[in-house]
Amino acid sequence: MFNVFLQVVSKELKGAFRRQSDILNPVWFFIIVVTLFPLGIGTDPTLLARIAPGIIWVAALLAALLSFERLFKDDFIDGSLEQLMLMPHPLAWLVSAKVFAHWLLTGLPILFVSPLLAVFLAMEVDTYLALFLTLLIGTPILSLLGAIGVALTVGLRKGGILLSLIMLPLSIPILIFSTMAIDAAAYGQSYLGLLALLGAMLVTSITLAPFAIAASLRVSVS
Amino acid sequence: MAFDSLADFFAMGGYGFYVWLSYGITFFVLIFLIVNSMNKKKKIFKSVEQRLSREQRIKKAQNMEGTL
Amino acid sequence: MWKWLHPYAKPEKSYQLAGKLLPWFAVVTVVTFVVGLVWGLLFAPADYQQGDSFRIIYIHVPAAMMAMAAYSTMAIAAFIALVWQIRLAEMNIAAIAPVGAVFTFIALITGAAWGKPMWGAWWVWDARLTSELILLFVYLGIIALYNAFSDKVLAGRAASILTLVGVINLPIIHYSVVWWNTLHQGATIMKLDKPSMDPAMLWPLMIMIVGFGAFLGTLSLMRFRNEILARESHRPWVSVLVTEKLAGEK
Repeated sequence: MFNVFLQVVSKELKGAFRRQSDILNPVWFFIIVVTLFPLGIGTDPTLLARIAPGIIWVAALLAALLSFERLFKDDFIDGSLEQLMLMPHPLAWLVSAKVFAHWLLTGLPILFVSPLLAVFLAMEVDTYLALFLTLLIGTPILSLLGAIGVALTVGLRKGGILLSLIMLPLSIPILIFSTMAIDAAAYGQSYLGLLALLGAMLVTSITLAPFAIAASLRVSVS
Repeated sequence: MAFDSLADFFAMGGYGFYVWLSYGITFFVLIFLIVNSMNKKKKIFKSVEQRLSREQRIKKAQNMEGTL
Repeated sequence: MWKWLHPYAKPEKSYQLAGKLLPWFAVVTVVTFVVGLVWGLLFAPADYQQGDSFRIIYIHVPAAMMAMAAYSTMAIAAFIALVWQIRLAEMNIAAIAPVGAVFTFIALITGAAWGKPMWGAWWVWDARLTSELILLFVYLGIIALYNAFSDKVLAGRAASILTLVGVINLPIIHYSVVWWNTLHQGATIMKLDKPSMDPAMLWPLMIMIVGFGAFLGTLSLMRFRNEILARESHRPWVSVLVTEKLAGEK
């Protein structure tokens, strides 16, 4: 079972490295969007530091939304999604492999770029860790929730806009808790409780989302 | 009665704007919902009626073809 | 034990049952609205702190409660649809969703109109208001998803899945005033204690809650019947129904 997981992940990674723009575009989007804010709002460091957690997280959300295009669409078009569904292994297990690969390709780059963006937005050094941890726990949740939305809309023509309508309301709790944690870090308070809440959301998503994704795929590919 | 006059009733102790704004919007939105539901029903009935009369016309034309 | 329920998996049977129930719900709606509004607007005493603006409660609270009740019903229907593969349950979701969305909208608007004189702001981003706004977005997402599929069988299944994914929002809304330090008032009725409202104000509120519930039922039944007709329009029983109605009108 684990072999299949690794095989799906490595196939996804190999495929992605052949079309590197698919990985880099969302990251560039993330960086550019965050850069727009100091240019648009003004360069006062205290103001920027105050709103930085929100900006970075909203930008991460939007970049994730952009990246979902490639999660199932290409496979749907060339028929390999059907093949995946016909495999003798549990579909929920296979889709968790795909979502994990997707997170490696989109969530991880966002995670590693975030300290650079923290510098752009004049964030204090104490908050860097909080930002990193919330993104570390939060981006997989985004990948899982977004995958449900993508699976539901992959067969539709104007699926992209519908996807944002479905996915963004579900991501709001993650956004709220993450930014609260980073704000707490800025004031020197403990944010362990908020991280634990995010962790709970992550564990719930990892356990339940694959089944929802599999059920949604069966609806879209019929 | 909680109010002494009709004018008092409309004024709602100074909060008239907010109270009647709420009740007004609610009233219009609920009426819209009722009317929308009833219109949908009429539309469905109309489309079924049109389909049935089309099928009848086709049948009649087929019968006539036999006799011509 | 549930054998008596089985015939109602047939659309025709459920259509007729809904038709029989509809007048009752409509009558209850009208009666409770008239009694509740007259009592609440004219006879209930003004609040010592909020004055007459508190009368917005007679719409705000029932709408908000019924918005959540509607979603709970949809979630149960979604569960039934996915586990027992009953198409009618999916039609139920499509029928109730717009009504629930409208009730949520009413709750938000009346809440804003109440908040402006009381809190000084049309809107604050506290937990209760934010989670209620999320509920509205989830409703709109379900409606949009159902309408995006041209094959209504697939549409129903997709909407069921999305409804169940969004159900996590309901406990968040209900407990938001407990878990967070919010501006919104805490629970006054739906708690395991005596209600903390004066009976003279409470009775019209209870009547309006029943009224909004009956209204939810009336509209849901109407839209449920519409949905059945629309999806089963090619069946002979629908043709019979339409021709009978036409004959009756002439």
